Amino acid sequence: MLLAAFLDASDPWIRWDWFWRHVPEFQLRLVEHVQLTVIAVVLGLVIAAPLGVLASRWRPLRDPLLAVGGILYTIPSLAFFAFFIPFTGLTLATAEIPLVSYTILILLRNTVVGLDGVPADVLDAAQGMGYRPLAMLLRIELPLATPAILAGLRIATVTTIGLVTVTALIGQGGLGSLINTGLIEDFKTPLVVGTVLCVLLALGADLGLAGVERAITPWARQRRA
Amino acid sequence: MGFLGAVIAWFASPAHWSGTGGVPTRLLEHVQISAAALAVAIMVALPIGITLGHYHRFGNLAINVSNVGRAIPSFAILVIAFEIFGLGDIPAFAALTLLAIPPMLTNSYIGVRDVDPEVLDAARGMGMRERRMAFGVELPLAVPLIMAGVKTSAVQVIATATLAAIVAGGGLGRYILDGLGQRDDTQVFAGALLVALLALAVEVSLSGLEQILTPRGLRERTVRVSVGVDPARGRPLKSTSRI
Repeated sequence: MLLAAFLDASDPWIRWDWFWRHVPEFQLRLVEHVQLTVIAVVLGLVIAAPLGVLASRWRPLRDPLLAVGGILYTIPSLAFFAFFIPFTGLTLATAEIPLVSYTILILLRNTVVGLDGVPADVLDAAQGMGYRPLAMLLRIELPLATPAILAGLRIATVTTIGLVTVTALIGQGGLGSLINTGLIEDFKTPLVVGTVLCVLLALGADLGLAGVERAITPWARQRRA
Repeated sequence: MGFLGAVIAWFASPAHWSGTGGVPTRLLEHVQISAAALAVAIMVALPIGITLGHYHRFGNLAINVSNVGRAIPSFAILVIAFEIFGLGDIPAFAALTLLAIPPMLTNSYIGVRDVDPEVLDAARGMGMRERRMAFGVELPLAVPLIMAGVKTSAVQVIATATLAAIVAGGGLGRYILDGLGQRDDTQVFAGALLVALLALAVEVSLSGLEQILTPRGLRERTVRVSVGVDPARGRPLKSTSRI
């Protein structure tokens, strides 16, 4: 029965005639998806990086911040979106507030872990060389924490790309609308196109960020070799 | 009466606590399908992950399965399952099970693989056989990571079961989706509250279970394990794919 459903020739997984007629729509949805993702990741990074520095400096802030983050991260995305619908309606804000929150949580953790992982003797040496606190942060600590922060950025980006599919349910477009069309019309082609594009986008973003990571942390590569 | 009042009235109304659309029924549906999917996924993922970790084999596979899993949106997996199985609990169950496997597989693999070789040497020196070492040393030492994986999967399954209301018809997600369809903000919000509370309850109770299962000598270290990423390797310990 399973195989029969899978191979049903009268209802193929992709109808190429339909596919070629709808390429502009795919492009539109892809662009929407990228926009929703970029807003969430960039805003998240801008908020999480300073917050992470503060949290790793100032102990009393650290545990509560990570705890609140952990709790928020547990909230399922559909519920998180739903919380804001009564207040911000079916708008971009309703989609972005939860997406940015999830991104902040991932990046905050990784920034704190990355900064904590800077070896104490390195800091001692920097201090001995006369580095002031700000210079030490910008030129020693943050560069050494970069691999952890970038690892977080990769996870945050791939996770957000997946989550953005759900925002179609609150009317924000993106590749999720193709998946939703597939569901509503019981028609596989948009579902397949939406899924494949989404996976390719996630893998492409992950590879791209991995490349950035290699390019800006050459010392990590040497150590591994 | 403000919006908050409307939400309180929703929860106070006896009509929302009985019958097929009542909170107890929806909660039970949600928990049942999630528990069934998680149980099956545990039976698949843990033996494979632990075995691969023990023999240090197919590491790339065990790690990449969760990276790929994270890249495929659960919404898409749900709708694909619906296309194959039609409406009902079966597609939801299949999709939830599939989603729950990767985090647990990866974490149990890494947990067992990264057991300190010196500890294993010591165990061997004490005359332990292979089997006893695997179950008496490696497995207990891997518990914190394995449980972190189970927790990640469980929370993710609860979350996706919310979305599964689209194809399965049941579960707490029903309130959110019906509320959206009927433009009933109160119902949407009440559903969101119930789902969030359930997810938190699951997270907290599994954290408790983790504490109980972790060998006493390791308990302090669990705090470190629950942090998201191993910076030295730049790779997630607790994988974070979710919907």
